[in-house]
Amino acid sequence: MLDVKAGDEQSFALLLHRYRTPLVNFLYRMVRNREQAEDLAQEVFLRVYRAREDYVPSAKFTTWLFRIATNLALNSVRDNRYQRMEISLDAPLTADAEDGEEKKLDVAEMHPNIEQHLIEETRRKMIRRAIEKLPEKQRAAVLLHKYQELDYGEISKILECSESALKSLLFRAYETLRVELAPLVAQRAAQ
Amino acid sequence: MSCGRMESKILGYMDGRLKEGERLEMEKHLSTCAVCQLRVNEFRAVHVLLDELPMIEPSAAFDARTKARVAAEPAKQDWWAWFASSPRVAFAASMLVVAMVWVGSQTADTTLNAGDIDKINQNMSVLENYDVISDFAPLSDLPQPVQADDTSDTKPNQQM
Repeated sequence: MLDVKAGDEQSFALLLHRYRTPLVNFLYRMVRNREQAEDLAQEVFLRVYRAREDYVPSAKFTTWLFRIATNLALNSVRDNRYQRMEISLDAPLTADAEDGEEKKLDVAEMHPNIEQHLIEETRRKMIRRAIEKLPEKQRAAVLLHKYQELDYGEISKILECSESALKSLLFRAYETLRVELAPLVAQRAAQ
Repeated sequence: MSCGRMESKILGYMDGRLKEGERLEMEKHLSTCAVCQLRVNEFRAVHVLLDELPMIEPSAAFDARTKARVAAEPAKQDWWAWFASSPRVAFAASMLVVAMVWVGSQTADTTLNAGDIDKINQNMSVLENYDVISDFAPLSDLPQPVQADDTSDTKPNQQM
């Protein structure tokens, strides 16, 4: 990032290459819409670029990057919630369309056993729904903890809370997931 | 360690982020508490289940779109660069500064010297009553003072 600050365009391209996949995945799991996730990820990179001259390496770059991404995602989730309130209950849910999208990708993998594939797809759907049901701050905490493997200090800076508040937030999130995914959890825990 | 206290440590234990003493204390509790042991196993199961979600790849156009948005950003220019790119504006601005300095230096000197202060003090009694005297009606009824005529003053002398 310091090279980007010094005006090195090549370093910005490297940053983009390195962080685009984790960012898009984090945002996709937050907002549940691929197109919107990519738009938000572009906005994150744009903000990084705009702020490059004022960047002070007081925290890890990933902390700063995911802080921008989390704030954008939380705002987007809140905006979407208001928009959804205006949509008729009869209208198909966006989440279903997204599930279909992922399904198409999975079918493209040409799974040899269609029954096994359907079981796996049902499990994934359950997991996605369970994550989606979490309050947005808990969801962000779980995603940063599980998929980005950030430590508690970093996540608490991103979510602007104390470490003890974060631990409590994560505990409640995992507790909710444990209940929501009870059949799968029991199956897995018995193994 | 109580079951309640264990709740704040369970994720740290799963992640292997507890201090050695805390970890040993946790394991001691788990060996005697089946409920907490079950919860740890279930939290671990949740952790593993979350791995089943596939990662998605950004679309092929993602990089190009991001770079295009970045390229569309207006270049930042500092003040000096702005002046350098507009010499006429820079000249006009510097002339304005010079004019302001000159006008500031030309302001009248309004300080009073000791002589002026003495004169004001001598006439203070008149000045204090100036408003009354200037608007005193009986004074306006008085006939205008007769102007001394130079020719009438000199005539008797000439006759003599």
